[in-house]
Amino acid sequence: MQRRLLLSSPLLEITISRLCQQLIENHQLFADSVILGLQPRGIHLAQRIHQELQQTTGSTIPFGWLDATFHRDDFRRRESIVRANQTKIPFTVEGKRVILVDDVIATGRMVRAALDAMTFFGRPEKVELAVLIDRSYNRDIPIAPDYVGLKVNTLDTQRVIVEWKEQGHEKDGIWLSD
Amino acid sequence: MLSTRHLLGIKDLTEADIQLIFQTADEFKEVLNRPIKKVPSLRDVTIANVFFENSTRTRLSFELAEKRLSADVVNFSSSSSSVKKGETLLDTVNNILAMKVDLIVMRHSSPGAPHYLSSRIPASVVNAGDGTHEHPTQALLDAFSIREKLGDVAGKKVAIIGDILHSRVALSNIFCLKKLGAEVMVCGPSTLIPRYIRELGVIVSHDVRQALQWCDVANVLRIQLERLQVKYFPSLREYSLYYGINKAMLNELDKPIVLMHPGPINRGVELSSDAADSSEHSIILNQVENGVATRMAVLYLLAAQQ
Repeated sequence: MQRRLLLSSPLLEITISRLCQQLIENHQLFADSVILGLQPRGIHLAQRIHQELQQTTGSTIPFGWLDATFHRDDFRRRESIVRANQTKIPFTVEGKRVILVDDVIATGRMVRAALDAMTFFGRPEKVELAVLIDRSYNRDIPIAPDYVGLKVNTLDTQRVIVEWKEQGHEKDGIWLSD
Repeated sequence: MLSTRHLLGIKDLTEADIQLIFQTADEFKEVLNRPIKKVPSLRDVTIANVFFENSTRTRLSFELAEKRLSADVVNFSSSSSSVKKGETLLDTVNNILAMKVDLIVMRHSSPGAPHYLSSRIPASVVNAGDGTHEHPTQALLDAFSIREKLGDVAGKKVAIIGDILHSRVALSNIFCLKKLGAEVMVCGPSTLIPRYIRELGVIVSHDVRQALQWCDVANVLRIQLERLQVKYFPSLREYSLYYGINKAMLNELDKPIVLMHPGPINRGVELSSDAADSSEHSIILNQVENGVATRMAVLYLLAAQQ
């Protein structure tokens, strides 16, 4: 298996800072905004964005974890069961500007499921999507992210591997594997 | 993945199966606390609740679990069906399956009836109680409730007190708790404790105060009056005097104790009202709540394997 480094640890930090700056431009002091990280790996990116945004703006921004496993459209079509993860949203999203955060967008089906799952916590005023990696040419449904760290042209057979220190890796790294 | 495509008894499950069910139930419990308590996971699944024996809470709990998962549900009760005209169990179920049903939840008074059915039909079967044999989802929700209350089941001491002989809950609980690493004691009059029970690795006691002193959790079982064909004890009053548990007895203990009961309770017989309703000790209503989440997990995991 060949791996090509897409983002090294320092580049990742710069990319996350750039995503934060874009979010600040649109959300100012995040008065009515909330951040939802998508389980399982989107929460690590969301946590870092949340931390940086709070530090930079001095605002307290509501933060939650959303798991869309029970809303997936490939349930009973896969070889193995997708294990459910924890959902932790200690607030309502009713009338809020929601920023969904995920590490990678490919087919868009996971985001569709997340949008479905999110509506069970209220009707937001607006929903935006921030991703670290946008896999071009892999979309199955018409969902586009509002904030993108890096756009990568990939084949269906390729995989994007995201390694976070929070998961026990020595350092952060985003890889493309054949 | 579960190691089985049916849930016939706890005996067939591995410890990993039970842990997977618990982890999935944890997430369904979160779903049940949302303003909208429903997910679309089983929207393409039809489930038949086939009850050849009366039930209130188990059938309601399964039905709610199925509806919370967005499954289509049909209910069958033998008392108002063609079984009364002489139709066999297999014919009845095959007719239900011909109507494109994917999963059968079944209660039957004969031990082994779900096992018989599972080997003859293509759909998954969930045993919702077969005679005096097993009641696996009750055992799962009981162990889940202990885990929730005490953090873990392993290493805990659980006393099952009451009518062990006629109880499917007792047998499933023993299998489940032992698999999860708990110590188990059964306690009751010698006439209501099966002779083989020690072979399952449990301690036997006939002294309820000794059992309460020993255990972290007292799981009190109902005296199954409808199954008592002969006299096993002189009178309910005498049973209550010797084996009934009240709040004063629990307060006398120099340690915390968790009180459970699978219901329905014979109030004043195996449990007094002040013990059953004690917020300090009793987790009986938590068991009922956890029943829906646990059954959702079982149905979700079985449906995924079809």
